[in-house]
Amino acid sequence: MTLAPAFTEDVSKLESDGFGTLSLTWWGVIGFMLIEATGFALLFGAYFFLMSHEQTWAPQPWHPPDLLAGTLFTIVILLSEIPNTLAKKAALRLDLKAERRLMAWVLGFGVVLLVIRGFEFNSLNIFWYDNAYGSVLWAILLMHTTHLATDFGDTLVLWLLIKTPHGEQKRRFVDADENALYWRFVWGSWLPCYLLIYWLPRLFQ
Amino acid sequence: MSSTKALRDGPKLTGPKLQSALDATWSRPRGLIGWLSSVDHKEIGARYIVTALIFLALAGAMALHMRLQLMFPGNRLMTPELYDTSFTMHGTTMMFLFAVPVMQGVQIYLTPLMVGTRNMAFPRLTAFSYFVYLSGGLFLWTCHFLGFGPDNGWFNYVPLSGPQYGIGKHSDVWAQTVSFTEVAALAVAVTLTTTVLKQRAPGMTLARMPLFAWATLVTSLMVIFSMPAVELDSILLLSDRLVGTQFFNPAEHGDPLLWQHMFWFFGHPEVYIIFLPATGFISEIVATFSRRSLFGYPIVVLALVSTGILAFGLWVHHMFATGLPRVGYSFYTAASIAVSIPTGLQIFCWIATIWQGRPRFEVPFLYIIAFFFTFVIGGLSGVIIAAVPLDLQLHDTYFIVAHLHYVLIGGSVFPLLGAITYWYPKLTGRMMSPVLGKISFWMIFLGFQLAFFPMHISGMLGMPRRVYTYPAGMGLELPNMLSTIGAFVVGMSVLLFVLNLIISFGGKEAGDNPWDASSLEWATSSPPPGYNFAHIPAVESRTPLWDNRDTLPVVYGLKAEERELLMTSLISAASETREPSAMPSIWPFVSAAALAVLFVCSVFSPWAVAFGVVPLAVALIAWFWPKKPEPSEEAAIA
Repeated sequence: MTLAPAFTEDVSKLESDGFGTLSLTWWGVIGFMLIEATGFALLFGAYFFLMSHEQTWAPQPWHPPDLLAGTLFTIVILLSEIPNTLAKKAALRLDLKAERRLMAWVLGFGVVLLVIRGFEFNSLNIFWYDNAYGSVLWAILLMHTTHLATDFGDTLVLWLLIKTPHGEQKRRFVDADENALYWRFVWGSWLPCYLLIYWLPRLFQ
Repeated sequence: MSSTKALRDGPKLTGPKLQSALDATWSRPRGLIGWLSSVDHKEIGARYIVTALIFLALAGAMALHMRLQLMFPGNRLMTPELYDTSFTMHGTTMMFLFAVPVMQGVQIYLTPLMVGTRNMAFPRLTAFSYFVYLSGGLFLWTCHFLGFGPDNGWFNYVPLSGPQYGIGKHSDVWAQTVSFTEVAALAVAVTLTTTVLKQRAPGMTLARMPLFAWATLVTSLMVIFSMPAVELDSILLLSDRLVGTQFFNPAEHGDPLLWQHMFWFFGHPEVYIIFLPATGFISEIVATFSRRSLFGYPIVVLALVSTGILAFGLWVHHMFATGLPRVGYSFYTAASIAVSIPTGLQIFCWIATIWQGRPRFEVPFLYIIAFFFTFVIGGLSGVIIAAVPLDLQLHDTYFIVAHLHYVLIGGSVFPLLGAITYWYPKLTGRMMSPVLGKISFWMIFLGFQLAFFPMHISGMLGMPRRVYTYPAGMGLELPNMLSTIGAFVVGMSVLLFVLNLIISFGGKEAGDNPWDASSLEWATSSPPPGYNFAHIPAVESRTPLWDNRDTLPVVYGLKAEERELLMTSLISAASETREPSAMPSIWPFVSAAALAVLFVCSVFSPWAVAFGVVPLAVALIAWFWPKKPEPSEEAAIA
């Protein structure tokens, strides 16, 4: 650099590792949430495109999916927001003990949800290869399961990490905060999936 | 480590002593492992550019082969099968392995320099993206050489590519190549968006941001919203082919048009994803060589944003020939014509800048003049085929081939060649030879017109695209002969351009700012050091280097012995926080390799997804798990 520096502002006193929009991680998570939300929206578009070709939905003679597993899943995933919100708040107040405990609760909910999800696949009343309706139902459920499983894995690794001395670093609390944000995307994206898989095939039968 | 005791840049630590500390902090290990571990955006950007240019050469050689085949009617140089493979590989390589990656490569290289920061946001993700992209390219071309490369055209339409007709692995290879390239492009889009939004130099408000950075922001957002479409489309096709889903099978209530809708929902924005970065090049080059700030900056910004939005409302114009409701025809015709308005506004702003400036007709600027001429012709032929009755006549003829090459080569490749010539001194510290530059410029400009203008005529005479030959006596001989001669002139000019790139490594020394440009990348040395700027610049106008010729306002106080970035607020770019920046790591490379194994094996068995995810997960965990030496984290708990 040949231009002489003319010093203006001292930034050394600025905070390191801010939360929310002050964190690069937050922007990265939002970016990937936008990508994944676009993926969901396009799959929903494909669903309605295929639906528009049918006289009834579910197409005759197929029965709509059974409601029990999917509804139970929806209730449990909504309830999981309670420990998730508490974990987010614990991260913001840098409470490591509470963070470790509450993330374990979130993981516990994750295990229950993955088990229920297994039953959901068994209650669709159609296979992916039967027709396009079956294909799109399986695709939506599988796409959401991918998010559920990867976020469970992500949360598990982060939980193990904060159980080590690394957990005392502020950056790990920022990670925990963003992890809680992403979980909100996981359950938020499930709600339209639930309507499309379980209710539209009933309403337009 | 206490935040107050760290060694920091500032009035007491500047000059060679600071540079020495920063060099040590921002260097990477030597050797192959060090090369594979690099997280320097300049290194990664340059790798993207060089790799993309190699793919350009491969796809270009295929184009020349096809032009030789079409030189004479009834020629038997190529078989129909080889011709099918060639045009598919040409299109797929150009669109997925050259056009988007080269633009993103330039953006990766330039954006942090232009916005005044030390590295990209998420530099390891950027490194990961490069290896994923490279793997995708190697996969496609290896399959091609092994005899099962794709052969259904670059948009791989079903049912030709579906399980009923797409025999063998050709279509799977196409679909999985798309998976590679889209994962890479999406990762880059997130890093670029974050870099532009949060790492601009203090004072670089959105209203002062270089137009290239604006173009980067808009195109990255377009990538985020469009590329999931082709990614999803490819996954649905693979699942139809591998596990028997019925998305595109009309016999089981699927629909082949679903493929086309999803493909073009990506495919049309893709054109602008390639074109808008070029408008960023043009804005920068026009301002520098006109020696004045750009006329109508707010208009150009609004044009970029509105083009980005309108680009998502045009995809159906690629599907006019499939049969649509009347209202669909009207809407998409209107939208297709409307998108020319913001582009036209930009062109008028550039012309006004030149008009009011003192233009210097050096090589980068010549390419911009060539852009005006060529792109306007391509735009006008686009308006012609936006009209449904004309499109139905010209669909799938050489008129379309002429149009798309006028738009893509005129609109993107000419500005890209200008941009390479313009920023070459920054990358290498040397000037490209202006004599060779001018010769190759005139050859490519004239050769291009000779190659592609006659295609308008052959198209109007009814010559269909993607057919390996044509009969004599239909008036097609002359236009095809001219096109072939022109194509070889273009080929020779590209060789000359590459020769100029190579021999100019020993060319005249460039200095920091050889073109007397105004943006921040020219404030640092050529080539820039690993840390980009010894002190982070503070920006007070749109043309920081023209404000004061001797000094550069800077902020200070970042750590010198650890990798640290300055984050600023979204709109006003006020200093907000200091953020650690990642050290070099081998794990992005290992993760990309694990993903490549998963993708490649899943072409042959869907179970590969289940098994392949294990090494991928291990690599990702190793990537994210904190290690020493990392940037020291300031303890939150005493």
